[in-house]
Amino acid sequence: MTTEPILSPAVHVLIALIFPPLLLGVINRTKAAFAGRQGPPLLQPYYDLFKLARKGSVLSTTTTWVFRASPVIGLATALLASLLVPFGGQESPVSFAGDLILFAYLFGLARFFTVSAALDTGSAFEGMGGAREATFACLAEPALFLGLMVLVKRTASLSLTTMLGTAVAAQWRSAGAALVLVVVSLFVVLLAENCRVPVDDPNTHLELTMIHEVMVLDHSGPAFGMILYGASLKLFALGALVVDIAVPLRTGNRAVDLGVFLVGMMLLSVVIGVVESTMARLRLHQVPSLLVAACLLSAFAIVLAARG
Amino acid sequence: MSAVIVIVAIGLLGVSGLPGLFFGPRSPVGERVAATLVLAGSILGLGAAFAGMGKTAVFARSWAVPGGDLALRVDGLAAMFLVPLFVVSSLGSIYGLEYWAAREHAADGRKLRAFYGLMSAGIAVVFVAHNAVLFLAGWETMAIAAFMSITTEDEREGVRHSGYVYLVATRVSTLLLFAMFAVLHAKTGSWDFAPPGRPMDSSAATAVFVLGLLGFGIKAGLMPLHVWLPGAHANAPSHVSALMSGVLIKTGIYGIARVCSFLDRPPIGWGVALLLAGSVSGVLGVAFAIGQHDLKRLLAYHSVENIGIIIMGLGVAMLGRATESPTLVTLGVAGGLLHVWNHALFKALLFLSAGAVLHSTEAREIDQLGGLAKTMPRTALAFLFGAVAICGLPPLNGFVSELFVYLGLFHGLRVDSLWILSAIGVPALALIGALALACFVKAYGAVFLGQGRSDRVSHAHDPGLSMLGPMALLGVACTFIGLVPLAVEPVLRSATNSWAPELAPAASPLDVLSPLRLLSAAGGSLLALLAAGAVLVWRAPDPSRGLTWDCGYAAPSRRMQYTSSSFAESLVGFFSWALRPSVHGAAPAGLFPSPTTFHSHVPDTVLDRALIPLSSAGARALRWFRWVQHGNVQLYLVYILATLFVLILMGR
Repeated sequence: MTTEPILSPAVHVLIALIFPPLLLGVINRTKAAFAGRQGPPLLQPYYDLFKLARKGSVLSTTTTWVFRASPVIGLATALLASLLVPFGGQESPVSFAGDLILFAYLFGLARFFTVSAALDTGSAFEGMGGAREATFACLAEPALFLGLMVLVKRTASLSLTTMLGTAVAAQWRSAGAALVLVVVSLFVVLLAENCRVPVDDPNTHLELTMIHEVMVLDHSGPAFGMILYGASLKLFALGALVVDIAVPLRTGNRAVDLGVFLVGMMLLSVVIGVVESTMARLRLHQVPSLLVAACLLSAFAIVLAARG
Repeated sequence: MSAVIVIVAIGLLGVSGLPGLFFGPRSPVGERVAATLVLAGSILGLGAAFAGMGKTAVFARSWAVPGGDLALRVDGLAAMFLVPLFVVSSLGSIYGLEYWAAREHAADGRKLRAFYGLMSAGIAVVFVAHNAVLFLAGWETMAIAAFMSITTEDEREGVRHSGYVYLVATRVSTLLLFAMFAVLHAKTGSWDFAPPGRPMDSSAATAVFVLGLLGFGIKAGLMPLHVWLPGAHANAPSHVSALMSGVLIKTGIYGIARVCSFLDRPPIGWGVALLLAGSVSGVLGVAFAIGQHDLKRLLAYHSVENIGIIIMGLGVAMLGRATESPTLVTLGVAGGLLHVWNHALFKALLFLSAGAVLHSTEAREIDQLGGLAKTMPRTALAFLFGAVAICGLPPLNGFVSELFVYLGLFHGLRVDSLWILSAIGVPALALIGALALACFVKAYGAVFLGQGRSDRVSHAHDPGLSMLGPMALLGVACTFIGLVPLAVEPVLRSATNSWAPELAPAASPLDVLSPLRLLSAAGGSLLALLAAGAVLVWRAPDPSRGLTWDCGYAAPSRRMQYTSSSFAESLVGFFSWALRPSVHGAAPAGLFPSPTTFHSHVPDTVLDRALIPLSSAGARALRWFRWVQHGNVQLYLVYILATLFVLILMGR
C-alpha cells in the first residue's frame, strides 16, 4: 500500500460522497432494461437530489424537532459509517479495533431516529412502516454480526480495514466455502437494510405494504433529499462490505484497486437490479424466514471457518 | 481513612429520614433535612470512593456478635459499586422533594424517606462488608427497607401483591446465601467475604458458586429468577424504582463478582454458565419488555436485559480467568462493570423521566399517553437521552460498555476452546441491541411523539427544578462517559486489579485493547456532523405548516395512530413461545358485526404461569398443617426455640 497520508482519505471521502446515488441510477437502468424500457438517465438520482434541494417543504403540525432532526442524523451516521469501510482494500480514514461494531451501531442510531420521526407524524401508515423496520432489523442485525464474525475468526483482526484488506484473497484460498456463504448472507442483509426487493419494494404504489418509503411519507423538499442521499450512502457502505469480500483482487496499485472496486460496486447494483426485476416482493410474514436463513448461512460459515 | 469516611457516609444515609419523624406529616423541614443528609453523605462517600481508587482501605474492630470481627473493606471493586449508589441515591432524594412532596403525601412521606435512607445505607454496607455476618445484616436491612419502600402506597392492591412477591423472593435469596456462607465457613474456617484465591476443593467451590449464582441471581433479577422485579419496580415510587433498578439489583452482581473471584483459576464451566445465563436473561428480558403496556413495567424488564449484558461481561472475564487470558479478563470486567455504572445512570434517568410523566398525567399505560414532547419538552429530551443510551447507541455511554463486551467476545473467537461460546454470545448481544431499540422507539414514540391518545395528556407540563435537575445531571453523565470513555479507564483498571490481582501484571491496558481516544474522536465528529446538519436545517427558510399528509387523508385523529401494542405485535409473535401473550376479545363476524373489544397483555410467564399456580397447589396440599399457623407471635417464638434445641441436640 502506498503511503500518501493526506490523499488517501481525501479520495475515500470523495468517492463516498459522489458515487452513492449512481448506484441507484444503475439499479433503475437495469430494471428498465428488464422491463424493455429505455429508463431514466443514469444520473437521474443526482438531478432528483438537486431538484429536492431547491424545493420548499411542508411540516406537519403534529411533529416536533425529532421529525426535522431525523434526516440529518440519517445522513451524518451514514457518512461516518462510510468512513469506516475500506474501499477496494485501501485503508479507510477511520479504523480501530472494534470499528465494525461502531459501523453496525451507527445504522442503529439512524434507525432509532427514522422510526421516531415516523411515529412523530401520528400517521398509522408511518407507524406501520416504523414497526416493520424495527422488527426486521432484529433479525438483520444478528445476521450482519454473524457474517462479520466469520471474517474476525479467519483474519484475527477487529478492524474493517485489516479484515477486508489484502488478507481477503488468502482467505478465499483457505476458506472459500465459508466466504461464499458470508457473501450471500451479507447480500441478504444489504437488501433488507436498504429496503430492496424481496424485502421491500421502493416502487410499489400501495403504502400499506411498504417499509422504508412509507416511514418518510411526510418528509418533503431538502429534508427528503437528505433522506434519499443518506439511504444511497448506506447502500454504498453496506455494498462496499460485500464487494470488498466478493472481489478480493488486490494489486497494490491504488488506482487499479479502486477502479476494480468501483466496477465491483456497479456490478453489485446490476445484481440488485436483476434481483428486483426477477423476483416479487415477499409477503411480509415471510421476510423473517429470509433473514433467519441469512443468519443460519453465516452460522454455518463460522463452523466452516473454525474447521478450516 | 477512607474506610472511616465511608462509614460516616453510610451513617448519614441511614439516619437521613429519622429527623423528619419528629416533624409534622406535612412539614417541609423533614424532607429538606433528609435530602441534605443524603446529599452530604453521598458527597463524602463519593470523595472517599474516588480518593481510595486503586488502594484497599480496611477497617476492623472486634465486636460481640459471633462470627468474626466487624470488618469493612473498600477495595477497587467495592468503590466501583459505591459510586453509582451515592450518585443515584442523592439525586433520587432531591427528586423526591418534588415528586413525593410532604405536603401532598402526608400519609406515607415520612415513612418513605426513613426507609429510602435505610435502604441506601444497607446497600452501601453490602458493598463494603468484609465479614459474612455484617454482609447479611446489610443485606437484610436493604431487603426490608426496600420492601417498605415498594409498599409505600400500600392502600393499592397491586402494590401489596408486588410487595409480597418481593418479600418471598428476597427471603429465598437470603436462605440461599445462608447456605453459601455455611459452605464457605465449613471449607475455609473463616467468615470473611472477599479474599480471592481461597483454597477449596472443586465440589465445595462449585457448591458455593451455584448457591451464590442463585441467591445473588434472584436479587440481580437474572431470568428466570427475576419474578419479583417487574412488579416491584413498577409499583414503587419512581425515585425508589430508580434506586432499586439502578443500584439495589447491582448488589446481586456485586455478590456474583465476589464469588467469582474466590478461585484463581475457576473451572471453565463457571464462565460458560455466566455467559449463557446472561444471554438468556438479556434476550428474554427485552422480549418481555416489548410486550408490556405499562411504562414502568417496560423499564423494569429492561433491567433484566441489562443485568444479562453485565453477566455476559462477567462471563467473558471468567472465561478469561479459566484460560489465563488477561485480554478477556480486562475487556470482560471493563464491559460488565462499566455497564453497571451506565445502567445505573441511564436507567435512573429513564425511571425519573417516567416518574415525571406519571406525576404530570397520572397514567402509566403507554397507550393512554402520546404527544408529550410538545407539553413536556424537557422531560421528553431526558427520556430520549436515556433511551438512546440504553439501546447502546453511539455516542452515549451504553455503546462504550457494550463495545467492551463485544470486543471481549470477539477476542474469545480466536481462542480455540471458546469460539463456539463467542458464536453464541455475539449474535445474542446483537439481537438484544436491536430488540432494545425496537422497544425504546416504541416507548418513546408512543409516549412522547404523535398526538395525545387521551385527555390526560392535554394538561401535562414539565416538572420543576428539583425533578429536572437530577435528570439533567444524569443525562450529562451519560453523554460524558460516551464521549470521553478514557476518563473512566483508571476506575476500571483499579476494579479489575482488585478482582483478578494475579492477572494484573500481564494484562494490557484497556486503552490498548480498545482505542478510547478514537472513540471520543468518532463521537465528536458525529456530533460535529449533526451540528452542521442542524444548522443547515434550522437556518433554511421556514417551511409551511399543514396536517400530517398521510397519503391525503384530510382528517387524521388521535385514535388513528399506531398504538404501542400494534407496534410490538410481530415481535411479540416471534417470542410467543416464551411470552405466551393472552388476547381477549372476538374478531368482528358476519355482515353486520356487533361491537367488539380487543385487549392483549403479556403476563410474566415464570411468575403468573408457573410459580403462582404451583405455590397455590402447594398451599392447598398443605392446608392440613394450617393449625400450626395462627398468628400468635409468642407461639412462633416457641417454635423457633424448640427448633434451636432440636438442632443443638442433633449437633452433639
